[in-house]
Amino acid sequence: METIIREGSPKTPYVMLDGEKGLIEIKGRSIPENSVEFYKPLIDWLDTYGEDPKDTTTVNVQLEYFNTSSSKCILDIFKKLELIYKKGTKVQINWYYEEDDEDMFEAGEDYQSIINIPFSMFEMEE
Amino acid sequence: MGFDLDKWVLHKMQGEVLLHYVGEITSDKITEALTKIESNLNIKNEKNIIRKKVFNVFVECIQNLFHHVDESPKASDIENKGKFGIIILAKDNSFYRISTGNFVRIDKINIIKDRVDQVNSLSDEEIKSVYRDILGNEDITIKGGGGLGMLDIVRKTGNKLEYSVYTYNKELVFFALDVYIS
Repeated sequence: METIIREGSPKTPYVMLDGEKGLIEIKGRSIPENSVEFYKPLIDWLDTYGEDPKDTTTVNVQLEYFNTSSSKCILDIFKKLELIYKKGTKVQINWYYEEDDEDMFEAGEDYQSIINIPFSMFEMEE
Repeated sequence: MGFDLDKWVLHKMQGEVLLHYVGEITSDKITEALTKIESNLNIKNEKNIIRKKVFNVFVECIQNLFHHVDESPKASDIENKGKFGIIILAKDNSFYRISTGNFVRIDKINIIKDRVDQVNSLSDEEIKSVYRDILGNEDITIKGGGGLGMLDIVRKTGNKLEYSVYTYNKELVFFALDVYIS
């Protein structure tokens, strides 16, 4: 399966979707005006990956900032992962946030409360 | 005496102004503004938590303008004909203030006022719960966060939104919003 790598930009995060390793990483900032345009190809990739996923899929999310327009798209990604998880494969979401960043911690809690999937939060020291 | 835009801008330029933009709100202008804020030494020297909050809330405020402003009046005193908006980031003593201003069609102003009043009427816990409800709801517009913006601002700042509405002409009013980050 094709691996997608997107380098980060001032408004969009670094993204890696590696179908061979079952590894997904989203890092940096996600504040584009048109989030749907940015996330659509990633969601399409997940649809294809979900047809024949690896036994274990690990998802690392380490965002510095994200806007409310991205928040819905990030949830869409998690919902796709939830479908994969429900098929019986292992899926683990790791949500990283900087020490003292209560806003990012709470954002993690929001997702944790909405989706039914193993979701761990990790505080990173500055 | 009608609404005086220049006077309003001047009034909002109190304190130490870190950024001031009057004009068309485009994606490129937003990028420029964000770069300017990030390179501002005062903000760079702030505690991480404040720096991130100011940046995040500024993003919501300016993108709120980008997604929702109406066209400016085609009057000679305001030449922009696109998405005209004003945004000012200032530091007043211990808090940061983000002031935005934009023209709104008279028939739409009550919807906006009701929306802000409703957000302001919620407790911290209610804000959190309504935010989660909307986030988890499928029907969110492509345009933005489906009304999450205002909630997000209040949730992150912990402060109520302050707004004023000024009559501009028969069709338009000027909507001014102040957001405080302490």
